[in-house]
Amino acid sequence: MAVKVVKPGLSTTVQDLGRPGYYHIGIPLSGGMDRLALKAANLLVGNKEGAAVLEAVFMGPELYFTEDATAAVTGAELPPKIDGDMRPTWTSFKVKKGQTLSFDFLKKGARAYIAISGGIDVPVVLGSRSTYTLGALGGFNGRKLEAGDKLPIGKGRGAREGRTVPEKLRRLPSVPTELRMLPGLYWHRITDAAGRQFLEDTWKVAPEADRIGYRFKGGKPLEFVPREQPFGAGSDPSNIVDACYPYGSIQVPGGTEPIVLHRDAVSGGGYFMVGTVISADMDLIGQLQPHTPARFVEVSMAQALRARKDRAGLLDKIRASL
Amino acid sequence: MKTRYSYGGDEHIFVECDEEMSLEAFFKSLSITTAVRKAKIKGVTEICPANASFQIKFDPDKIKPSDMLKELKLLEKAARKGKSTIKTRIIEIPVLYNDPWTHETLMRFRERHQDPNSTDIEYTARINNLDGVDGFIKAHSGAPWFVSMVGFVAGLPFLYQMVDRKRQIQSPKYLRPRTDTPKLTVGHGGCFGCIYSVRGAGGYQMFGITPMPIYDPNQKIKYLKDFMCLFKPGDIVKWKPIDRAEYDHTVVAVEKGRFTPRMADVTFSLDEFKKDMDGYNAKLMGALNGR
Repeated sequence: MAVKVVKPGLSTTVQDLGRPGYYHIGIPLSGGMDRLALKAANLLVGNKEGAAVLEAVFMGPELYFTEDATAAVTGAELPPKIDGDMRPTWTSFKVKKGQTLSFDFLKKGARAYIAISGGIDVPVVLGSRSTYTLGALGGFNGRKLEAGDKLPIGKGRGAREGRTVPEKLRRLPSVPTELRMLPGLYWHRITDAAGRQFLEDTWKVAPEADRIGYRFKGGKPLEFVPREQPFGAGSDPSNIVDACYPYGSIQVPGGTEPIVLHRDAVSGGGYFMVGTVISADMDLIGQLQPHTPARFVEVSMAQALRARKDRAGLLDKIRASL
Repeated sequence: MKTRYSYGGDEHIFVECDEEMSLEAFFKSLSITTAVRKAKIKGVTEICPANASFQIKFDPDKIKPSDMLKELKLLEKAARKGKSTIKTRIIEIPVLYNDPWTHETLMRFRERHQDPNSTDIEYTARINNLDGVDGFIKAHSGAPWFVSMVGFVAGLPFLYQMVDRKRQIQSPKYLRPRTDTPKLTVGHGGCFGCIYSVRGAGGYQMFGITPMPIYDPNQKIKYLKDFMCLFKPGDIVKWKPIDRAEYDHTVVAVEKGRFTPRMADVTFSLDEFKKDMDGYNAKLMGALNGR
């Protein structure tokens, strides 16, 4: 069983739940940016939650099926079509041998998850099928899809047509978006006034937003607490002795444009960070389009853990609904 | 050297062993992270030592962040008596300094550099009071370098020059990072050297290029068959200046599977090294030459 890529879309990659355990040598987790949507897509077609799917950004691919299968599209509102006929999102549908799955224009969100019964059966590399493009690792030949690629599909009976995630359980970020964060790491490097300003400002997603990190623009530059730079850090006040970067950490090179690192994060470097976006809000970042207004909202650890629990509860409800 | 702890969201704890870089701070990070690995704390998913800090990633559904913090503080206390001696290896890395590929790239991004009128090597030589390009190459390749962190991108080593602080080469990063760096560029930022394992963005000064791959996701290169990344923290690197003919020859040798990196097992003792750096380095380099 295979699926032929007729058109690849803008940047479509194979992703699963990622590759933990190698961050210490610079190989990031990777995996779907919106993990909840990825799991829901798999559940809809009868796969294991962590099976490999396609993550399509802004624009869908065109895929030709050589066998019957069940498919589902979740995450961004990117309406699927079978041989030109519309199908609903967040709902399983059948694809017959010889049919083509294509997509209408993006309505909302940024990344759609395309699950196919049996899962995308590319080789497992370091425990995962996810694509890490920068390192040319995993996925389909370590890269985004190209026209003419033949995607191997695993064996799976596939769920019935018409299974659907109730609308109230689907998640896309609201506009303007609030990203909850725990101040910390090198927060002490900026003045109290700059800290307040950072949280009050409305930022906008910059065009440079990808799987490595999301850049934000439009807030005021941060003012640093003066110091003599420590040996080895470099001369700019935003420089630190190169250190590890947490997933979700918010670095601000030169104190001007915050970058939130995501699933394909660079594992470390020499820029200070003001804190970290909480795990419960990481999925939402992957659904932000350029120019979306966003604010960073300070929360406590207790609030972060409660939000994480709520997020897990949402997945439980999706499981129970199917 | 005061240890500073911070949560990195609800899934990480970030620990700064010291604000400034030193081999003492590196060894503190290494001994605590080694202790964390041995302790096999449930819920820990990543243990990442860095130059003068480290980071632990954990699953807060399995261990409460506050409990994780307690565990780390206990381990820090226990690791304080750790020995600063490690069994490691010294690896020779051939370098074509002033090569055409990094030269083309640095010219392309000249307006992002501190000194648009000279090359990265000329600039760094000047601000470090070295005698031009030749003086720079001599200083850069004269003493070995210590791998104090692996990361940024897959398998990229951060390298700390094993000489007195006053002789260490220092250079700022580009004013604005480049969007391109050739694969296997030998770079430098702050006090750290590096080898760019893959092509991509970068802000370090560019001095040369090595013909010897250090990352191979397909694991076809003979010496990367066991694992796709060459470097581990604690490795020691000795640069070997080469000319264009040797560069070309080595590229072909790597492709044909005939190239084996020169390396030797050594023991590194921080205390012994600090007593007589030049003498100690001579011994390390002797081991590389089979002496």
